[in-house]
Amino acid sequence: MNTNAAEATAPLATRARRRRVPPELSIFLVLIGIALIYEILGWIFIGQSFLFNSQRLTIMILQVSVIGIIAVGVTQVIITGGIDLSSGSVVGMTAMIAASFAQASTWPRALYPSLTDLPFFIPIGVGLLIGLAAGFINGQLIARTKIPPFIATLGMMVSARGISKWYTKGQPVSGLTDQFNFIGTGIWPVIVFLVVALIFHIALRSTRYGKFTYAIGANLQAARVSGINIEAHLIKVYAIAGLLAGLAGVVTAARAQTAQAGMGVMYELDAIAATVIGGTSLTGGVGRITGTVIGTIILGVMTSGFTFLRVDAYYQEIVKGLIIVAAVVIDVYRQKKRAKH
Amino acid sequence: MVVSPSTMAAVRHSGAVPNAEYLLSAEGVRKEFPGVVALDDVQFQLKRGTVHALMGENGAGKSTLMKILAGIYIPDKGEVRLKGVEIQLKSPLDALENGIAMIHQELNLMPYMTVAENIWIRREPKNRFGFVDHAAMFRQTDELFQRLNIDIDPEIQVRELSVANRQMVEIAKAVSYNSDVLIMDEPTSALTEREVEHLFRIIRDLRAQGIGIVYITHKMNELFEIADEFSVFRDGRYIGTHASTDVTRDDIIRMMVGREITQMFPKEEVPIGDVVLSVKNLTLNNVFHDVSFDVRSGEILGVAGLVGSGRSNVAETLFGVTPATSGTIELFGKKTDIVSPTVAIQNRMAFLTEDRKDTGCLLILSVLENMQIAVLQDRFVKGGFVQEGSIEATCEDMAKKLRVKTPNLDERVENLSGGNQQKVLIGRWLLTNPKILILDEPTRGIDVGAKAEIHRLVTEMARSGVAVIMISSEMPEVLGMSDRIMVMHEGRVTGFLNRDEATQIKVMELAAQ
Repeated sequence: MNTNAAEATAPLATRARRRRVPPELSIFLVLIGIALIYEILGWIFIGQSFLFNSQRLTIMILQVSVIGIIAVGVTQVIITGGIDLSSGSVVGMTAMIAASFAQASTWPRALYPSLTDLPFFIPIGVGLLIGLAAGFINGQLIARTKIPPFIATLGMMVSARGISKWYTKGQPVSGLTDQFNFIGTGIWPVIVFLVVALIFHIALRSTRYGKFTYAIGANLQAARVSGINIEAHLIKVYAIAGLLAGLAGVVTAARAQTAQAGMGVMYELDAIAATVIGGTSLTGGVGRITGTVIGTIILGVMTSGFTFLRVDAYYQEIVKGLIIVAAVVIDVYRQKKRAKH
Repeated sequence: MVVSPSTMAAVRHSGAVPNAEYLLSAEGVRKEFPGVVALDDVQFQLKRGTVHALMGENGAGKSTLMKILAGIYIPDKGEVRLKGVEIQLKSPLDALENGIAMIHQELNLMPYMTVAENIWIRREPKNRFGFVDHAAMFRQTDELFQRLNIDIDPEIQVRELSVANRQMVEIAKAVSYNSDVLIMDEPTSALTEREVEHLFRIIRDLRAQGIGIVYITHKMNELFEIADEFSVFRDGRYIGTHASTDVTRDDIIRMMVGREITQMFPKEEVPIGDVVLSVKNLTLNNVFHDVSFDVRSGEILGVAGLVGSGRSNVAETLFGVTPATSGTIELFGKKTDIVSPTVAIQNRMAFLTEDRKDTGCLLILSVLENMQIAVLQDRFVKGGFVQEGSIEATCEDMAKKLRVKTPNLDERVENLSGGNQQKVLIGRWLLTNPKILILDEPTRGIDVGAKAEIHRLVTEMARSGVAVIMISSEMPEVLGMSDRIMVMHEGRVTGFLNRDEATQIKVMELAAQ
């Protein structure tokens, strides 16, 4: 892979594009490896299979679908060299607000008694719009005032959480319509996650939006001189991340059939972890949605594997932390190797 | 015999300094960078208690030599002797401990720390509890400043100081290491006349104390005012050393430029058309002033001037990277506000920037991604989707035409040589079919073969009716390629020379007033 181009004397000879090994392969092998370890440990300690249990596999992905939806947006932000800390709070905020427009008339304590039994697309639309607005504000702050993304989204993280508590003075929003709850039932969250992932996989790979996103992350100044409107593009990227966090909020509320102000706490960190495990570089310019999907599934496998082995929840978190750090260490090492002649 | 820095330090501290003829000397020094030989068999001798100026055009090798003496670069070959003892410097700290201090052009002070803290960093006086003794530190600083006749409050933060005062602090810091050798890189470039006077007084004091000073400058009059001796470099080679009282200004210019134009430039006379770009009184406050010129289609306008003359800033302003504070730009006879590169590209302009790595290449991305990025603004995109097949074929053809040496278009640009990276960037702009092409140092740091190819391409562009503005520090390139040469000095245009009247000496006279 590390051909020394300076020594390759022949100008490019063939039109045939060489298909290089997809960079996700290594992380995919890690996923397989982790799963196999659980499989073996399962037979030794529990006496049953980890993988050959379709119910477990479904739950495994189901419980990380929401993280996955967020991570698809976070991946794009990180590719531009930025970060989004607000997604967990935006999940909480949109879950609360969307749920308040999804209450059934049979519920005695509806927040807006005149606005009950609305068709499902209204609360979903409201949720998406709120998420989009939060992301748009993030993007405006970052692009116009040039404050670091870390600070801009940290502010949004705190404020959005505040809004979700203020909205009902801390009371949960319950009694949601079946219509609305439907998108949280069964494997629907998984389908939403995979469709979102597919859309943005294509967007990053094949559209101008994608090419510009990578260019900005690779070298902001060069991208500017190449005529890219950096401000407008960053606003777009953060708005999309907000939109996806909003979608995640809607799914979360539908899945729980209720909304609480504390929903989505720490989701932003899980999403960042999934993204980074999936090979997206925090320095920008590198990353793919496929990697993020695999990273998300790794998080799910780890969690359900620990539960399956009946490992204490405390240990789970300790090991999860180690694995995230290890993934970044490997990534840094890999980047260095690729850069070398 | 090679003596380790620690031994040297011990010798220094014992006071038993070997009394060699030269304070600092270098012999047979060679330094190569990928694709270029920066220094070849260079020598240098600094006498005790003298100011020794290094002279030469941009890229002559002065900076490289200075950085070797300051421990920043390690030479590939050759030896450096300090008071007759061979030393091998591994780092700037190493040099400092040997008594060689460098004052950088871009000052290396910490803005949010006090003057005293900056000077005594790593060597702060401690009280008996092991805490920093600020009172003692300020006292030491006062003593140091008195000795040097510097009037700065040691307790204020460096960010509150003027550039001149920061320079004084840097000098004081260097002196505080009891340095024998001070290296100054264009210390007056940001100073007013009065501040320069003060600096020169300090330099003379230091000289009287036996310190040797290596002084890099582009300014001829300074040379005569402050330097005892000077050495001239050209194209990475040592030309000679003379006492500054022995020579005239013209002698020095001749030594600096005195090479025949050996390379062949594929310059062709092509029909020159209408004015496509007309710039009037363009000004960017504190950077350049009242720049006015016209460029016609098919014309190559060379822009010469020393580093810091504002050439690159004019180019950046023309392209909307740093929009002008006043003045007008007319494109194709129409006044246009170029407020961003996006606007410039929409107006058929292209800009190959000076710094390939900082503002040109998307280093971690592929050749294809680097080439296509500008043209994707308005072509090869349908409904937001990139037309992968046709853009790839187009880039492939362009890479072939420019003879980019790369295994394939998927190769990361950072794995290519400098010349090939430059070709990829030229390809990026050629794909946009520009009418006005601005080239800033198009052949810097690339090998001779690639240079010739780039010159051929530029000629070809001019023949096809493109107006070319070419900034270059390489005299032969400017003289060989340009129809007209605009010379700049300290943010102002000092003159225009037509192709038939331009000589190296005339250009240098306008550039180094």
